[in-house]
Amino acid sequence: MLGNKDPLDFIDYIRDNPDKFWTLFNQHMTLVIYAVIIGLVIAVPLAILTSRISWLEKPMTWISNIGQAIPSLAVLALMLPWLGIGFKPSLFALSILAILPIFLNTLVGIQSIDASVVDAANGMGTSDAQLLRMVQLPLAMPFMFAGIQTAVVQSIALATLAAYIGGGGFGDWILQGLAVRNFPILLAGAVPVALLAMAAEILLGGIRRLVVPKGLTVQ
Amino acid sequence: MPSQMQYLLDNPERVLELTWDHIQLVGVAILVATAIGVPLGILIHRVRWLQLPVLNLSGLLYTVPSLAFFAILIPYTGIGKTTATTALAVYSLLAIVRNTSAGLDEVDRASVDAANGMGMTAFQRLRLVELPLALPYILTGIRIATVAGISIAAIAAVIGAGGLGRLIFDGIRTVDANRIIAGSIMCILLALIADFGIGRLSLLIRRDLRASAERGS
Repeated sequence: MLGNKDPLDFIDYIRDNPDKFWTLFNQHMTLVIYAVIIGLVIAVPLAILTSRISWLEKPMTWISNIGQAIPSLAVLALMLPWLGIGFKPSLFALSILAILPIFLNTLVGIQSIDASVVDAANGMGTSDAQLLRMVQLPLAMPFMFAGIQTAVVQSIALATLAAYIGGGGFGDWILQGLAVRNFPILLAGAVPVALLAMAAEILLGGIRRLVVPKGLTVQ
Repeated sequence: MPSQMQYLLDNPERVLELTWDHIQLVGVAILVATAIGVPLGILIHRVRWLQLPVLNLSGLLYTVPSLAFFAILIPYTGIGKTTATTALAVYSLLAIVRNTSAGLDEVDRASVDAANGMGMTAFQRLRLVELPLALPYILTGIRIATVAGISIAAIAAVIGAGGLGRLIFDGIRTVDANRIIAGSIMCILLALIADFGIGRLSLLIRRDLRASAERGS
């Protein structure tokens, strides 16, 4: 069995290694933030494009559904033979996986807009760009925000796994704890990352309630 | 056949064995989660003030990264299948509880009134009217939980729970893309089959419900 130390000793372990703790925290958050930004930059234009070209809709939704069935571990693992180990392959895998929830939510957001609203905008003589900027994107925003929230929480989980391919982050301590069978080190990685994910969920949920008008909230 | 498929072709028995392992791991977790989740869903449907706290708490637990969840459980449940099943069951709870209570909420008021008017007890009404009508929703919850569970179970191999994750982690250790691909393809296949199969089942039940409604029985 694992070491005979008290699991709660992990607090002391973190206190004894503050520098390492903040290094891991930084590595973890850098992966998450970059991945979500890259995901956004790719997913939103892709969703807008898909919503305008009707024959794209079916294949794109189909690809996304298959994409969601791929185990995230597999995506990360497959970077290894092709891109090697380290930050870049980890970021690449995280970004690919961040695209999915943002893409699907933005697309659903645009598609769920009442046709009469779009007709009204067209009737007022909006150009295509105006329709997008002033009508479709604002109305799709609550969905988009939900997609971003999912992407952030999911990326925090994936960044933990990234330690396997040398991506750093709190997963490092979990792996080390597992390898040397030491509870405090194991939990020094696991507990902060669990709290981080829950905090992100609560914080982003709060921001969503603040930013998104009440009439537009989605469940 | 591309060379990447070679591992699959060379070791069909090993792959099948691990696949069966994987199915068992997810299957047991889903059974446990259903046994807890459906009653819990019924409870929060009846006791309204419990709904928000229960759904929020299970939603929050759902965000905990699986590797961290396994790690936190290890001091208490050890290394192996118990830890993996526990974590997988907790992850599955959210979808099953939420869909059960949503399904019960969707049951037509008139059906409930009719059941009451026929003199059914609350338990009879639940068993004969409400649960059958909510079944498609409950199955959707189980479908979502199963597909997610198949993906999460791959990670459980790191704590010695076996399954297709073994191939993926072995592949990482030996930098062998063929093993990673073999494990991944089987996981994807499992997820797609589960998604299609359970989706089909709930479609059949929906059709059956509609047919019996039209017969007036």
